[in-house]
Amino acid sequence: MDQHNGSNKKFGMVIDLDKCTGCGACMVACMAENNVPVREDETNKMLSLHWMRVYRLTNGKPFPQSEECFLPRPCQHCEGHHGHSPCVSVCPATATDYDMHTGIVSQIPTRCFGCRYCMAACPYHVRQFNWWDPVWPDGMERMLNPNVSVRMRGIVEKCSFCYHRYQIAKDKAYAEGRRELQEGEYQTACTQACPAGAILFGDLNNPKHAVARIAQPDPAREGKSRNPNAFRLLERLGTNPKIYYLSTREWVRKAGDTEVRKPEKA
Amino acid sequence: MKIDRRSFLAFVIGGAAGSTLSPLPWKLTDDISIWTQNWPWTPVPPRGERTFVTSTCTLCPGGCGISVCKVDDRVIKVEGLKGHPVNDGGICPLGLSAAQLLYSSTRVPGPLKKVAGGWQEVSWSSALGDIAFQLSELRAKAMPESVAWISESDRGTTAELCKRLLTVFGSPNYIRTPSLQDTLETALYLTQGQRAMAGFDLEQADFVLSFGAGLIEGWGSPGHMLRARSAMRAHGGRITHIDPRLSKTAAKADRWIPIQPGTEGALALGLAHVIIREGLFRKEFVDGRTAGFEAFKQLAGEGFAPEAVAKLTGIDAKTIVGLAQSFAGAKKPLAVCGRGSGRVPGGLQEALAVHYLNALVGSINRPGGVIAVPEPEYINWPEPEMDATASKGMQQPRLDGAGSSEAPLARYLLNRLPKALASASASPVQALFVSGANPVHGLAGTAAVAQAFRKIPLIVSLSPFMDETAAMAHYILPTHTSLERYEDVPSALGFPRPVLGLSKPAIKPLLNTKHAGDVVIELARALRSPVAGAFPWADYEGCLKQTLGGSWAALTKAGFVVDAKFSPSGFETASKKFEFKNSELAKLPAFAAAAAPGDERSFPLLLVPYDTLRLAVGAVGSPPFLMKTLEETVLQQDDVLVEINPSTAGGLGLVEGAAAMLSTPQGRARVRVHITDGIMPGLVAMPRGLGHTAHDKFLAGKGVNINDLIAPVEDPASGFEAGWGIRAKLAKA
Repeated sequence: MDQHNGSNKKFGMVIDLDKCTGCGACMVACMAENNVPVREDETNKMLSLHWMRVYRLTNGKPFPQSEECFLPRPCQHCEGHHGHSPCVSVCPATATDYDMHTGIVSQIPTRCFGCRYCMAACPYHVRQFNWWDPVWPDGMERMLNPNVSVRMRGIVEKCSFCYHRYQIAKDKAYAEGRRELQEGEYQTACTQACPAGAILFGDLNNPKHAVARIAQPDPAREGKSRNPNAFRLLERLGTNPKIYYLSTREWVRKAGDTEVRKPEKA
Repeated sequence: MKIDRRSFLAFVIGGAAGSTLSPLPWKLTDDISIWTQNWPWTPVPPRGERTFVTSTCTLCPGGCGISVCKVDDRVIKVEGLKGHPVNDGGICPLGLSAAQLLYSSTRVPGPLKKVAGGWQEVSWSSALGDIAFQLSELRAKAMPESVAWISESDRGTTAELCKRLLTVFGSPNYIRTPSLQDTLETALYLTQGQRAMAGFDLEQADFVLSFGAGLIEGWGSPGHMLRARSAMRAHGGRITHIDPRLSKTAAKADRWIPIQPGTEGALALGLAHVIIREGLFRKEFVDGRTAGFEAFKQLAGEGFAPEAVAKLTGIDAKTIVGLAQSFAGAKKPLAVCGRGSGRVPGGLQEALAVHYLNALVGSINRPGGVIAVPEPEYINWPEPEMDATASKGMQQPRLDGAGSSEAPLARYLLNRLPKALASASASPVQALFVSGANPVHGLAGTAAVAQAFRKIPLIVSLSPFMDETAAMAHYILPTHTSLERYEDVPSALGFPRPVLGLSKPAIKPLLNTKHAGDVVIELARALRSPVAGAFPWADYEGCLKQTLGGSWAALTKAGFVVDAKFSPSGFETASKKFEFKNSELAKLPAFAAAAAPGDERSFPLLLVPYDTLRLAVGAVGSPPFLMKTLEETVLQQDDVLVEINPSTAGGLGLVEGAAAMLSTPQGRARVRVHITDGIMPGLVAMPRGLGHTAHDKFLAGKGVNINDLIAPVEDPASGFEAGWGIRAKLAKA
């Protein structure tokens, strides 16, 4: 047991897709917070670095029955079975690890040597490879955040749940003689920025936290939500992710768990 | 030793096997990887003390509170200000990117003068001296009214200083850039007799009916609207959105009703028809607090029966009746107008039709309704002393025709200025100042705008960036960016209560720039008496402090002050009631929906613009962060994608991503197509905010400026710009 933390935490998110407007503030907040570089042409999304990316889902029906929904996708911080998240199990460099005290899947850029096994293992495309040296236009390197290291080319990077913010919040709490953080003290940059209040962040193990009250994870079923409107992406794979999505629309909930089905016989 | 084939092979294979088993290749791979990860050009941000500066965002008129995060003297990030009445911690992607504008490579480093087509760096005193000399000449020639000033706002101390300069100089030609505010203010003035700003209490409404208003796409204050939408839905409020395209607002509405574009006003009158016919209006409001209802009853009664409206709008009569019933049946219904982000004022009668709907259900000046927010009154400077030249100049008619017999209701008509310039042989504008605006990119029919501007002998740009208008200027007097300056923010666009914000410098100016207010004060001083006499302040900061007086301490601490006791005042019309009809309204021409310019046979499709929060429109260009968030269905490499319905694409033989030539009566452009079910057949939708020729490599040369392709359309009732689209043709390229 971690003596500092008392009990183990499991940080997670609840993203309300009915509230999300697809404005993109979470993406920009993430880039600004985490020193994500910008290239001249970012239109090829396969080569574009995004720790947080907002996807657009459609119900596939013709005009005017067509509907759309926006789905922000940070790292899902999979727990798998007892911390065996898909990416952690395959990393030969121990550059990524599952932290049992926080439930955060870390990524240490200086350990990574760019084999990209983790990218192949991740079912959510949250991991991205740095093909180019990060270059900031003249003068813009002045807005780099010293709390997050700038990654070099040739390595894989991904969302860290703004882990540095957890460290800062803990330092502050300890300096004030507290051992436990208040619910709002540690928030990710995307949560803080969302103008629609669609993202909630907190400890899924703490029943007092809003995320736990809304997501209602069922420990007997690997965290599956007991909230009928909640779902996790590709839950069937057993990745046991910590991002819970809410939607009152059935097609959206179904889209979160797509599978390749055999074509129905005509 | 003899080296034969056998021993050679044994050596090579043995060596390969041996070194593979040794740690050497692994160590080397590791070393190479570490070496490549330590290029000296990968920056290491210096550590330092972390501080936050409370301020107000001025990148749009939204008035959101911000908290600027700094490490030593570097601005790291801009965050939303928790507890601010407008945005309460949330922030839009443009506001978040403000630091990229501060550190932008397209900033103008100091005053520039155009010499032989190129830029020459000059000192502030020489630039201001030159400009003052040219202005004095105009005054000596007794034509002070030939000086014009274009700005995004007409409120706040900076705008008032500019207006004051023009007034004491002798020119009535201060022009605010067009927006939905123009129509909404006019509608309030006509029906309620108030010179006020329109606020919308979305948060407390329970049924919002949006006539194409991009509530979550930049309409009003984005920080407020996105928060208010979540809040109103949390207490059971519902949104119905009317739009030919599945915009983000439509996608996130509880109900989306597609409509034939341009017929939104007719639908509003159709709904009024049903509400009146079925007696669903709020009698206590209509009988007790309105006048001229009978006349409106007649207007809506004639020609706006559901069947007739169904033909116009393409929405079936049953849906219209049902919509009217649910709107009128809601406890706190609210109707809002303005297409997209409200960059275009739109037709006055359309805004009036929607405003009348609110009046029918009593949603005027009550919680959950339209609130007339009084214009701020904290700027009380003494009347300036005018000489004969100034008085004479101020009596001249405005160059844009606003307030004339042709357009008596309008206060500013920038859309008319290009025409006024083009038709005269010598330009009636001899000197033009542009601050906080980029009309050469942002006005419909950019070719005509640029051509008209070329006739002006002196253009002075006060832009911090080398934008399209600055590129055409003769002098650039660069001003501070939003994070380097003091500025009072007198209101938050569309917010239902008065709120006064203060923008504070988070950082000392990085370049040789000045505050626009200081440029005005120094220019006045260079113009000498009597102009200089109207500006007794040492500098802008002194002027601002003195003007804000008692509020200064609260503003610098909290960043904003609100009037907690605010309640909307009564109507100020002659009857002291809401007037459906009065002498001024009677002068308006009969209601008619504006048609899209162009001939239907040569141009079978309709091109309509759309707005997104991921692209900046207006005075600033999209910073690199915003460009990165653009979806692959909006931009591919340098090509913009236009949205078309699969049936439209099928008829033209176009597939997803195919290159096409888009032509309109105004011009043509190469585009790609994105085929989507989220748009009405026969329509082509293109985003606003692309196609820049200026700004940095992240923005310049990408996509097409839709203003190159659309033509200005003037609203016959008000003179405002009312274009919503243009006829177009799409062909395989």
